[in-house]
Amino acid sequence: MSTYVFRRLIQGFLTFLGVSGLVFVMGHLTGDPIRLMVPETATREQREEVRKRLGLDRPVLVQYGIFLGNLAHGDLGRSYLQRQEVSDLVFGRMPATLELALVSMLISIVISIPLGVFVALKRNTPWDLLGSALALIGQAMPNFWFGMVLIVIFSVELKWLPISGRGTFAQLVLPAVTLAMASVGYFTRLMRSCMLDVLGQDYMRTARSKGATERTIVMRHGLKNALIPVVTMVGMQFGNVLTGAFIIEMVFAWPGIGRLGVNSLFERDFPVIQGVIILSSVVFVLSNLLVDILYSILDPRISLE
Amino acid sequence: MESTSSSNIALLRERRLPRFLKALFSSPAGMVGALIMLTVVLVAILAPQLSPYDADKLAMRSRLKPPSFQALNPGEAPHFFGTDSMGRDLFSRVLFGARISLLLGLTASLLGAVFGVTLGMLSGYYGGRVDSIVSWLINVQMAFPFTLLAIFIIAIFGGGFVKLITVLAWATWVNYARIMRGQVIAIKDSDYVHAAYAMGARPTRVMFLHILPNAVSPLTVVATFTFASVILQEAALSFLGLGVDIRIPTWGSMISDGRSYLQTAWWIATLPGIALLITALGANLVGDWLRDYFDPRLSVQ
Repeated sequence: MSTYVFRRLIQGFLTFLGVSGLVFVMGHLTGDPIRLMVPETATREQREEVRKRLGLDRPVLVQYGIFLGNLAHGDLGRSYLQRQEVSDLVFGRMPATLELALVSMLISIVISIPLGVFVALKRNTPWDLLGSALALIGQAMPNFWFGMVLIVIFSVELKWLPISGRGTFAQLVLPAVTLAMASVGYFTRLMRSCMLDVLGQDYMRTARSKGATERTIVMRHGLKNALIPVVTMVGMQFGNVLTGAFIIEMVFAWPGIGRLGVNSLFERDFPVIQGVIILSSVVFVLSNLLVDILYSILDPRISLE
Repeated sequence: MESTSSSNIALLRERRLPRFLKALFSSPAGMVGALIMLTVVLVAILAPQLSPYDADKLAMRSRLKPPSFQALNPGEAPHFFGTDSMGRDLFSRVLFGARISLLLGLTASLLGAVFGVTLGMLSGYYGGRVDSIVSWLINVQMAFPFTLLAIFIIAIFGGGFVKLITVLAWATWVNYARIMRGQVIAIKDSDYVHAAYAMGARPTRVMFLHILPNAVSPLTVVATFTFASVILQEAALSFLGLGVDIRIPTWGSMISDGRSYLQTAWWIATLPGIALLITALGANLVGDWLRDYFDPRLSVQ
């Protein structure tokens, strides 16, 4: 068990190294950032001075070494444009993104697990068809578009909810529901097929023959076992939700790191972009790690492999 | 001997298509998916013949007209989907949008397949260090928030058709590589692979003539789902203003365009989105059905 966790930790670290290397290399393929930071009329000397001050005149490998060293201290550099530490900027926006992602995960779990179990138990009835059709549509829906449809219905026509921004509970509803929809379809279908898998197992028949109530059979023997693969996928999906949040944040003007990242890209503010990508991949790697460990506790066979 | 076995194979091949169609006709969901995809392909091909208006023609006097079955002026076709902020006929633009979505979806998922299948094949076949490196690449790629990666690449190298396809293909190779790797590991110890070695076949021959054909079914399923996700990704990138040239009508850029008019002209963003939704739904339905068809254990449930 502990060797398994240790191995996964090493793997996670290597992944992180790859991400940071790739980000750094690509950041340096991006034209000359100096051009954007100095006015058109600046002289050659002024440009060189800025370049020196930001360390952009040193060899690329040296820059990468410094970059990694700083990273180890939690120093992500300074924003070119906002005159602020990148770590402050990014960590300042992180709570908004996490809030959105977690609330939407919660919404999708609360809806899809009961729904998946329900349609599995009602297999081959109109309920099953309806539930599965809704799940399929949810999966095929471009979620930024769904967000706009919700805006048209609930903000423009009904005037129930605000169009954008963050602060009040009402402002959280539309973005969180929009983001949740993509996973609802996926989880419902997954839950349904896992539940169907489990319902056909021998131990279900054993439980039934022992005279357990239908409720005990479904909940204790069925759901508990069917949830194992779902837990893994929920964890893996968290990364997708985070990615989805980047676009949803643009639709609803939600002040999270996605919006920060996209805006910084348009302004070519590399340190900020690097910070956003690195931090979100850390969150992603960590959440996968947690899920794997949780999975090996739920199903001890895994860590033996 | 030679001739009988080859005619038997020919017979099997002949029966394969009718069996395939029969299975398709007996599945309502599969049929719906196939019909949707067929319609989208036809619309893409016949877009110039089907569209009532020139999709690019500006008409400032008829901007932001709501969808209607009645013509604005006598002798003209009605604007079924209304008009956009430049007075262009939205229905015609949605029809033309099918072309871009199909083209991007097909090329990007094929390109991703070539790359992903090769890497997955090498990784599963050779194992050891090759496998560690490929698995590491897969992990690194999967730890990236794709949207941000794509925006990043496009911001660096600029937009445009070819670059967009490259970015989208880059996003998909992992799907193929993972499936391919698993397939190779499962297949490489089977009797017919050993038989091929015994007859003196080289690794490349074994990989591409003996292993690959036996992994085609799961790869086809992956390709179908990948196609659906690519067209959604393309729309998302176009929405952020990072897609193909803004003058080319794509569903994503139309949705993006409509964002500024959500309060006054809901149809501009809504209707292209429905076209996108239906297409992705069709591809997913076909993918589901193919998966059940290739792996009958699943459909027994």
